[in-house]
Amino acid sequence: MDDLLREFLTETNENIDVVDVELVKFERDPNNAQVLDNIFRLVHTIKGTCGFLGLPRLGALAHAAETLMGKFREGAPVTTEAVGLILRTIDRVKELLVELETNLGQEPEGNDDDLIGPLEALALGSQAQPEPEPEPEPAPQRKVSVGTLTPQVLERELLPGEDSLDDIERAFREAQAEVPVPKPVAKQVPAAPAAEAKTETKAEAKSEAKPAAKPAAKPGKAGEADEGAGKGSVSSQSLRVNVDTLEKLMTMVSELVLTRNQLMEIARRQGDTEFKVPLQRLSNVTAELQEGVMKTRMQPIGNAWQKLPRIVRDLAQELNKQIDLEMVGAETELDRQILDLIKDPLTHMVRNSADHGLESTEQRRAAGKPERGKIRLAAYHEGGHIIIEISDDGRGLDTARIRAKALENGLATEAELEKMSEAQIHKFIFHAGFSTAAKVTSVSGRGVGMDVVRNNIEIIGGTIDVRSVPGRGTTFVIKIPLTLAIVSALIVEAAGDRFAIPQLAVMELVRVHHKSGHRIERIKNTPVLRLRNKLLPVVPLAELLGTAEPGSAVNETEQGEQGFIVVMQVGNQTFGIVVDAVFHTEEIVVKPMSSLLRHLSIFSGNTILGDGSVIMIIDPNGIAQAVAHSSTLSSSDSSAADAERASGKGNAVALLLFRAGGPEPKAVPLSLVTRLEELPVEKIERATGRPVVQYRGTLMPLVPVNDRVEQRESGTQPVLVFSDSGRSVGLMVDEIIDIVEEQFEITLASDVPGILGSGVVRGQTTEIIDIAHYLPMGFKDWFHRRAQQGEPQRRSLLLVDDSAFFRNMIGPALKAAGYDVTLCDSAVTALQLIEGGAMFDVVVTDIEMPHMDGFEFASRLRSDPRLEGLPIIALSGLCTPEAIERGRSVGFSDYIAKFDKPGLLEALKEFAGVQQEVAAA
Amino acid sequence: MTKPTEAAGKSADTVQYVTVRIAGQLFGLPILSVHDVFMPERTTRVPRAPRAVEGVLNLRGRIVTTINMRRLLDFPDATDIVQPMAVGIDYKGESYGLIIDTVGEVLALDSSTREPNPMNLDPRWAQVADGIHRLDNELMVILDVERVLSLRQGAMAA
Repeated sequence: MDDLLREFLTETNENIDVVDVELVKFERDPNNAQVLDNIFRLVHTIKGTCGFLGLPRLGALAHAAETLMGKFREGAPVTTEAVGLILRTIDRVKELLVELETNLGQEPEGNDDDLIGPLEALALGSQAQPEPEPEPEPAPQRKVSVGTLTPQVLERELLPGEDSLDDIERAFREAQAEVPVPKPVAKQVPAAPAAEAKTETKAEAKSEAKPAAKPAAKPGKAGEADEGAGKGSVSSQSLRVNVDTLEKLMTMVSELVLTRNQLMEIARRQGDTEFKVPLQRLSNVTAELQEGVMKTRMQPIGNAWQKLPRIVRDLAQELNKQIDLEMVGAETELDRQILDLIKDPLTHMVRNSADHGLESTEQRRAAGKPERGKIRLAAYHEGGHIIIEISDDGRGLDTARIRAKALENGLATEAELEKMSEAQIHKFIFHAGFSTAAKVTSVSGRGVGMDVVRNNIEIIGGTIDVRSVPGRGTTFVIKIPLTLAIVSALIVEAAGDRFAIPQLAVMELVRVHHKSGHRIERIKNTPVLRLRNKLLPVVPLAELLGTAEPGSAVNETEQGEQGFIVVMQVGNQTFGIVVDAVFHTEEIVVKPMSSLLRHLSIFSGNTILGDGSVIMIIDPNGIAQAVAHSSTLSSSDSSAADAERASGKGNAVALLLFRAGGPEPKAVPLSLVTRLEELPVEKIERATGRPVVQYRGTLMPLVPVNDRVEQRESGTQPVLVFSDSGRSVGLMVDEIIDIVEEQFEITLASDVPGILGSGVVRGQTTEIIDIAHYLPMGFKDWFHRRAQQGEPQRRSLLLVDDSAFFRNMIGPALKAAGYDVTLCDSAVTALQLIEGGAMFDVVVTDIEMPHMDGFEFASRLRSDPRLEGLPIIALSGLCTPEAIERGRSVGFSDYIAKFDKPGLLEALKEFAGVQQEVAAA
Repeated sequence: MTKPTEAAGKSADTVQYVTVRIAGQLFGLPILSVHDVFMPERTTRVPRAPRAVEGVLNLRGRIVTTINMRRLLDFPDATDIVQPMAVGIDYKGESYGLIIDTVGEVLALDSSTREPNPMNLDPRWAQVADGIHRLDNELMVILDVERVLSLRQGAMAA
């Protein structure tokens, strides 16, 4: 295949994709002359090049489509039928292009009369249609256009001549479109004959002059200028490079990185040498080069989305739904290789959303929703990852159906399901063969489903999660690494071999020693590790790899008691891998294994280390599978443990249970309690008629939870110590029972002062006490002090949290701290409130909320110029560095852990204080 | 053995072979399929790999997967070889090393001395042998590199 043809294929494929997108846009907005011009130009380019390269079939197709579009430009009505026909033509063009590529430049036999016929018929029909319109001007123009059209139809058969005439025609069209700039196309009519008359005489000359004239004319076109000029300048500054060239470059940079690592290793061994400085420079340059080359591999994710508008449009027609597709963050870049790998899963998920997610128009109407369903694609960077969200505003996942199906497929027992939260049940959709689609449509529901999507995403080291609210919609969140080529890895040793474990999967390292707190225990020979009150299945790496010394039960135990445990998380599976030694972390270049070894799922590749030796790279997914097989812990057990762990992140709360004045348990969130004390009764003194105790150098007032609390005469008095701003209050109770971690909802609100409400903890009705009620009882001025401070301007505070529990808990605490607190249960209502004109001095918001999370909420607020300088504080259970970094990037003033009340108050003081100064200044 | 003049005279019918010895048996590899000859050093073993796969090693910045030919051909592991050698082969863009006992000279052999595999040849050998050359004092088995490397996992594992 010659270069010219190859160039043509690449360019045309790109153009065709653009045409696809633009056409869908055009169909919805037929009056947008810019879009039409854009399509017209692209199709025209294709046609022109085809003629030049001698591709009659393609040329004829493009020509017919162009003719019809020419009619649109002249004001013919745009019908779905016509657009559909053009889209089908585009599809045919795509097919032909594929064949061209495989046949090395030979057009396949056959003809396209099936498409060209209707196209021409439509073109003729649509030109006839406008004629009855009583406009005086259009009439001559129509005639003219008929005039230009007829010879073209004839021309198509006389292939060799087509080209030059087309050029003339192009000159016409461009003269038409570009001279009378700001006016809509239809009104250019008077100018057209003139332009034509001119061009007619100088047709030949003009076609020559055109390239020069074109750029000159463009800037005049207001609308297109942005796009056109933008494109022009970009294309003049960029050049097309063969992907192979880039790949080769990447490989070479990888080699360079390896060599650099090797040199660094040598220098490290040799201590101080004169090489050090230049080596450092080499190292920096290498790093920059690496980054630069990586950048060339980056492509906007929009490339993977390009086909989606068309797919959604076709689906909408097929399913008879109205669907809007919104795409946000199309410019977010990621590695080409990954882009290719996620294209199909993304398409699949969008199809799913359109088919299952969105209700039919009637159902939507009945549910009081807008008739047009919405599918939203959003992409953004977060840490070293890219997050892609696919959300719809449809019916949401049917939890009951999924439950039933999970039961039916034996994925979980009734009892297990009973314990699961909705979110956990929703995760079942990622299991194989799990389609709850009631009917199989041609679009989806054929059982090839989300499990395939999940697998594809996990292969590239990504994760997928789902959030769904019944009746409001479903959101899938995909998290994938930016690149696969270079990863940071932990080098470990097991049974004498070294292995690299990608850092991303490693959560923590635990040193195991029989003397230290962490030791490996066994349940019927299955090793487990107690880690922060959780049981973690652990497996010696050597055992997984089959390299353990045989007959070494003793040896194994020894190993187990001396080694390190690499705690890894893959998907929702957490487990520990026992290794003999842990070395350092190293940036490694993942090189594919030879095909002889590629079937080994426990390795994802191999690489050369700094010391020159080859090392195998562990594939976390493969290891997770191997662990699941080797572990005799039944998988359901471990999944239940996982579920618990997973839920721990979300809504489980550590509660301190105690008894005070009555047999029924009471509870307080553990995080609010500073300390638990058993105070000897004789230490309790009285001051101003109240019990106090000397505590850490100051006097701490003691307050009974209620007057039924027994104040002991002898022995010790259990006391919960709460501290705030350097002051402490002791809350006297009868007995401290336990600390439990549970999902908890206040199911019954309370009017009794000091009790927030009650809920069920461990199957028992438990009252949650309101600390804010007791604190002022210790210090009469606790409120006063605050109030005085706040008096000049009592600061208004908006608290947004979807959990009633937290609203109830933090709300009063903030009120107690002197803020005028407004509570909101969702970011959406909060926004409405603010848009409605409510003003706040400071906003405190949760991060994980349905519909709109805290990040989006913050960025919405930040985009409102009126709210400039408004402190926004994130309050979240999720405090990873990535989340904090993301919080900062969307404009949070501070990011505070959900239970860190002192931190919150501190931050509030800081930010709201600043606000005050600003107000004063 | 074959005289150079003869070889030159009938160059179309002569093939050059790199000869190697595995457990005493002489094998020939078509010279065009041989990339280089090297001493395998610092091999990293690959757990769970087929038995015939010796491991992976770094050869001038490339990762080479080495195959123990003794194991592949069902010979016992060598006990008397101090430093085995490896024949480097590029196959479908990947680098492999066939570990053998010793490397001999390069022979240009006339196709007239070449015979098809004897029918009673060990089936494991027959899979990888591309005929036999009758040399003056012994027989040389022609190793078909592609077939060695395209052996399915099962054959490698045995």
